[in-house]
Amino acid sequence: MSNEIIKEKINKDYEWGWSFDIEAETAPKGLNEEIIRFISYKKNEPDWLLEFRLKAFRYWKEMKHPHWAHLKFDIPDFQDIIYYAAPKKKSVNSLDEVDPEILKMFERLGIPLEEQKVLAGVTPNVAIDAVLDSVSVKTTFREVLAEKGIIFCSFSEAVQNHPDLVKKYLGSVVPYTDNFYAALNSAVFSDGSFCYIPKGVRCPMELSTYFRINTAGTGQFERTLIIADEESYVSYLEGCTAPRRDENQLHAAVVEIIAHRNAEVKYSTVQNWYPGDKEGKGGVFNFVTKRGICLEENSKISWTQVETGSAITWKYPSVVLKGDNSVGEFYSIALTNNYQQADTGTKMIHIGKNTRSTIVSKGIAAGFSENNYRGLVQIRKGAKNARNFSQCDSLLLSDTCGAHTFPYIEVKDTTAIVEHEATTGKISEEQLFYCMQRGIDKEKAVSIIVNGYCKDILNKLPMEFAVEAQKLLEISLEGSVG
Amino acid sequence: MTPLLSIKNLHVTVDGNEILKGIDLEINKGEIHAIMGPNGSGKSTLSYVLAGKDGYEVTEGEIIFNGKNLLELSPEDRAREGIFLAFQYPVEIPGVNNIQFLRTALNSIRQYKGLEPIDASEFLKLVKEKQKLLDLPANLINRSLNDGFSGGEKKKNEIFQLSILNPLLAILDETDSGLDIDALKVVANGVNHYHNKENAVLVITHYQRLLDYIVPDFVHILYKGKIIKSGDKSLALELEKSGYDAYKVETTN
Repeated sequence: MSNEIIKEKINKDYEWGWSFDIEAETAPKGLNEEIIRFISYKKNEPDWLLEFRLKAFRYWKEMKHPHWAHLKFDIPDFQDIIYYAAPKKKSVNSLDEVDPEILKMFERLGIPLEEQKVLAGVTPNVAIDAVLDSVSVKTTFREVLAEKGIIFCSFSEAVQNHPDLVKKYLGSVVPYTDNFYAALNSAVFSDGSFCYIPKGVRCPMELSTYFRINTAGTGQFERTLIIADEESYVSYLEGCTAPRRDENQLHAAVVEIIAHRNAEVKYSTVQNWYPGDKEGKGGVFNFVTKRGICLEENSKISWTQVETGSAITWKYPSVVLKGDNSVGEFYSIALTNNYQQADTGTKMIHIGKNTRSTIVSKGIAAGFSENNYRGLVQIRKGAKNARNFSQCDSLLLSDTCGAHTFPYIEVKDTTAIVEHEATTGKISEEQLFYCMQRGIDKEKAVSIIVNGYCKDILNKLPMEFAVEAQKLLEISLEGSVG
Repeated sequence: MTPLLSIKNLHVTVDGNEILKGIDLEINKGEIHAIMGPNGSGKSTLSYVLAGKDGYEVTEGEIIFNGKNLLELSPEDRAREGIFLAFQYPVEIPGVNNIQFLRTALNSIRQYKGLEPIDASEFLKLVKEKQKLLDLPANLINRSLNDGFSGGEKKKNEIFQLSILNPLLAILDETDSGLDIDALKVVANGVNHYHNKENAVLVITHYQRLLDYIVPDFVHILYKGKIIKSGDKSLALELEKSGYDAYKVETTN
């Protein structure tokens, strides 16, 4: 079932790519105003958008790289990155030249050889550009969706066809002044997805985007904007992979969600960027700003994430609960192995009355990895009867890994009720022995136990995604037991 | 006939203390053996050594199971070769579906034997059949593995697993402890259904009560790490009357 989904997604990326003129979309390495003008010009953007980019760039230039996260890494050389990614074509002639680790990984994920060729960019009649390019949107059902007035397209298309909507909402949840990487993204974002659900419409299918970083030396800066108008509902899925590279690749996306009165948005991510090798070399830096706003009353935004990839994950999908009676949810599984580092969590900002938020975070650390939960629950003055429940559990699979929890709780209204629970545990020898006594090897036993530990959150994912996520957990745990 | 299980002069230490001090035991296919003994005599140690648990060091002796040197096999391979241990305290694994777990276990064993994974509908049929046989409530088998099960439910679940995995040797480690008489009957019934000419059962227990329902061919008394007396079913009854003390004297003499 999940194989089909993955296969489908990859095929869609590839189909979409045929129409791309890749040569026209390359930019030289480095970042300056000229590059930004070049990007904007190539995309035939309106002046206001170029202005937005330039303002963001000028602001970013004055900013210092943040250092507060519990992470260790070298700050990327921002002049050594290709912005506006038109990947250099890799001259790989046969399947044998493709990194066997990638092939193995995709084989494990159930993607047949054909698909692997497409992913690694070697099938001669495949538009390498399409697959290697940074962002693609599944557009098959566009007509069905259009009948209901739903807009689902690439961000660039939205700029051309729905400029008013883009102008109204872009930067309204994550302004370019928000943080270092949001500013950078605002200056250089290349593409992404755009989604608008009109009043009273319940989106009849899951909308899905599949992200992939490919060429060496590229950064990926996609921008996603989801607007759920009054009384609407949408479930949105995001998947990511990246091939193995020795150097670190930067992924700095911004996702903004706006939920109007009585609207509900469910956003699910299975993040599987390349995590680096067993020695910690290479891997994706995943520095992402994701935030939704429950703008009006009775709206709801729910984040569910399964993070197994990236050398470094640094992100906090958040909800601003502005409308009265609005609801924010954050369900997260973050698994780190080898030398991976994760500093992830959420922010729940309660502004409206009777706003409610739930946070359930499961961190699993193996190898030499560092796994941190960092979360802010803020109850502002006037947020009468706001409620939050947070549960943060960590599971340690080795003696050399680390798990930390950094909860920040700021309560400015005395009627609020805030609960926080946290546990840290190790996988028990008794559980492992029990599984092994039933004929199950140790590695599989660990994955069974971890999957059980994550069950509550996996259940929040759409069915197909849950299956994919379970497999990913299993693959990511490989080699985590001696 | 070569025995299914042959233990010779088995010495085992745990944390430097010698717990088993020279065990000899042979079990043939089709037989039911019971090992009885007071607390601390080494009964559970014997079951853990057979299953391959960490921390039990064999310092002397050998164990041959179905023609293979058991001590060279990993715990999972021992299970795949046909050793099943019904645990005294079955562990809880939250979030892991009881049936999924069992199917994974069964397929691991099948794979080891070079068999295809069991077909989903065939597996379901097997589950239903055994569930009925053991009088297990349907919700029990669909819950998380032993999670929130009562003591009796856990033991029944062990026997349920036994009946599905159908091993060559079933070791029941004080399966009767904490069971009321009704649950005891259910458990015994399950074991008797499982047992046939091609497999064997090793019952470890304090009390003769269980042996009224699972009738042993041989009874061994384990005391201070040694089998001090073997006999037929009557030995268990005798023991019930006289207590272990009578035999302690025998050994010291």
